[in-house]
Amino acid sequence: MSIKNRFVFSLILSLPMLIEMVAAPFGFTLPGGAWTMFLLTTGVMAVSARPFIQSAWAAFRHHHANMDTLVAVGTATAYLYSVYAMLTGRAVFYESAAFVITFILLGQYFEEKMKHSASGAVEKLIGLQAKSADVLRDGQFTKVPLSAVVVGDTIRVRPGEKVAVDGTIADGHSSIDESMVTGESMPVTKQAGDHVIGATINGTGTFTFTASKVGDDTLLAQIVEMVKKAQTSHAPIQKTVDRVADIFVPAVLIAAILTFTVWYVLLGASLVNAMLFAVSVIIIACPCALGIATPTALMVGTGRSAKMGILIKNGEVLEAANKIKTVVFDKTGTITEGHPQVTDIVGGPEVLQVAANLEVASEHPLATAVLDKAHDTGLTPVAATDFQAIQGKGVQATVDGQSAFIGNDKLLDNYTLTPELTQQMTQLQNAAKTVVIVGQADQVIGLIAIQDAPKLSSAGAIAALKARGLRTVMLTGDNDRVARAIADQVGIDEVIANVLPGDKAAAITRLQTDGPVAFAGDGINDAPALTTADVGIAMGSGTDIAIEAGGIVLVKNDLQDVVRALELSQKTFSRIKLNLFWAFIYNTLGIPVAAGLFAALGLVLSPELAGLGMAFSSFSVVASSLLLNKSKLTSTAAPIAKVA
Amino acid sequence: MDKLFVTIGAVIAISFIAWWFFGKHTTAMVDAAVTHDKQDVDVSVSGGYTPSTVVLKRGIPAQITFNRKDPSNCLEQVVFPDFGINEFLPKDENHAVTIDTSTPGEYEYACGMNMFHGKVIIK
Repeated sequence: MSIKNRFVFSLILSLPMLIEMVAAPFGFTLPGGAWTMFLLTTGVMAVSARPFIQSAWAAFRHHHANMDTLVAVGTATAYLYSVYAMLTGRAVFYESAAFVITFILLGQYFEEKMKHSASGAVEKLIGLQAKSADVLRDGQFTKVPLSAVVVGDTIRVRPGEKVAVDGTIADGHSSIDESMVTGESMPVTKQAGDHVIGATINGTGTFTFTASKVGDDTLLAQIVEMVKKAQTSHAPIQKTVDRVADIFVPAVLIAAILTFTVWYVLLGASLVNAMLFAVSVIIIACPCALGIATPTALMVGTGRSAKMGILIKNGEVLEAANKIKTVVFDKTGTITEGHPQVTDIVGGPEVLQVAANLEVASEHPLATAVLDKAHDTGLTPVAATDFQAIQGKGVQATVDGQSAFIGNDKLLDNYTLTPELTQQMTQLQNAAKTVVIVGQADQVIGLIAIQDAPKLSSAGAIAALKARGLRTVMLTGDNDRVARAIADQVGIDEVIANVLPGDKAAAITRLQTDGPVAFAGDGINDAPALTTADVGIAMGSGTDIAIEAGGIVLVKNDLQDVVRALELSQKTFSRIKLNLFWAFIYNTLGIPVAAGLFAALGLVLSPELAGLGMAFSSFSVVASSLLLNKSKLTSTAAPIAKVA
Repeated sequence: MDKLFVTIGAVIAISFIAWWFFGKHTTAMVDAAVTHDKQDVDVSVSGGYTPSTVVLKRGIPAQITFNRKDPSNCLEQVVFPDFGINEFLPKDENHAVTIDTSTPGEYEYACGMNMFHGKVIIK
């Protein structure tokens, strides 16, 4: 029998007794008196309360006690005493047992409904998945179920259809609504060569794409997996609660026996009153609110953040995010766009040609910028020969039979600049541009300035973090002057420049001496720093997020999400603490009141009221967790105006 | 006289509760049966998990088949925090949970309210 049916059954049988209780002052009595009450309550105990008793007995045999033990012992005591009282002609209180069962089932019914909506995030995510795909098979597009799609398949997506799996657009273009996965509210324009994400919705165009990730490898599947893990994880704070819960129920039974003995033996209360106090203690003490305080808040918090494209790995991260004092950012690709562009060339036209010849085989982001510029100006790079790396400084090779070199300002150990070039270099660096030195035949022939502009949202995000009282630090391998210039543009407090990629983790360790540190960086290149930091925030871009790297993974590559992630973590964690506080207060205050400690002041708790209170406590904890879904985030209130 | 009996009764009841719930009681540990590159173990859910500790062999795909006989809404979910498993156990039915046995270690699991605990040891 479902909880709902058990509740309805006990409610119907309890109603006559409720009517009698209300109408008794007006001279109404239930036909049949105590015997009618006996029959009604026996029905409640046999049908609605039986599962409690079964479960309590099963637990007892395993040396366990749980909330069912308390409900079963409490109501059975009231019921059995009433049978004895009825047979010996004393006052009965069957209604206590019946009402308590009714109220507790009411509480459980609501709790079940709300728990379901709290854990709904995963089902909603799974529900986003497309059911079928238009796949090219034997020269024709045919509808196949999602499970039949394999890597390499060509899939056509019509307007309004869902993109089935992750892949790369082969042909056509469209705008795609990716809000369900990335949290980005504006549709994103995509064309051939761009990545598409499974489960996102195509706008107005038709395109075909090549599937690159299917099944459990898709971004959505990984998000689902991560959210599942986060929702079942335990925050460290829960461990204390678990220890309490283990000994709680037997301790309450002992407290109830003591209550009875003290009232009956020492204070000379009647048998009935002493027993009512003991039953109230048992009923009020049910620790179920304590048990669900953390999991429900964790479920709602992580579920909500997942919808915004913020994946929080577990409760531990959530708790750690709450203690963060410093946020460290990687520069390239995190604060800046990560697409450096050549802005200035100092020297003759041969500078770019030589630079392009030297960089043609390189995969360095700065090399890409140089080659793009060469391509735009119509130059064709001719690969240089005899490449030699100048450790940590640049490269050297032979161009047109002459030795040539390109590299960063550390090359100045080997070569000298004219005063004019030195001045220009300083100027460019102060303007937040990285300067590359190009030389031929042991002479510096020119400079190339490359700029990686900060993202539009960076300054706002940094300001928001500072407003939260956090210290902000930028970590970069770039030159001090360039780094400082970028930091000033976005408002970062401190700069640690000239850090080699391998030393980032060590820099984080040094910062940790002043307090817990969060590090936001590229999920792929910054793995050591991400794991060293107390909270690693891996910034993703599209399908390439590295789930393992960070404690928090951002699907979008937007610094505002760092603010949102920290804010949501803090909100969720304070909600957990609030829930635990109320659940504890409720039990610690409720037990003395139920035990009759304040009886002299006229403050007593009947078993019925205790049952109602218990139902209300779990109800209020789940409701409080669900409210997390509605709580306002300050960081979402200030969207960056899109200036076209 | 009454009061003396009640006091004696209370002392006996309290000692019994303390001994029954807080005393050391041995728990059963069961090795999974390995058949054809698969291992399977049954756990009955009734007032706790029986056996409460199961031992799995590393690297062999494993299933724990839960059968819930207990009507409590506390035990209707089983949660393995380390594996991200949170499943509903239908009453009086076998429900298999697949365990990833690639990493040896001790993994605790619990009911939805974290009141009942079981353990999986992978070695």
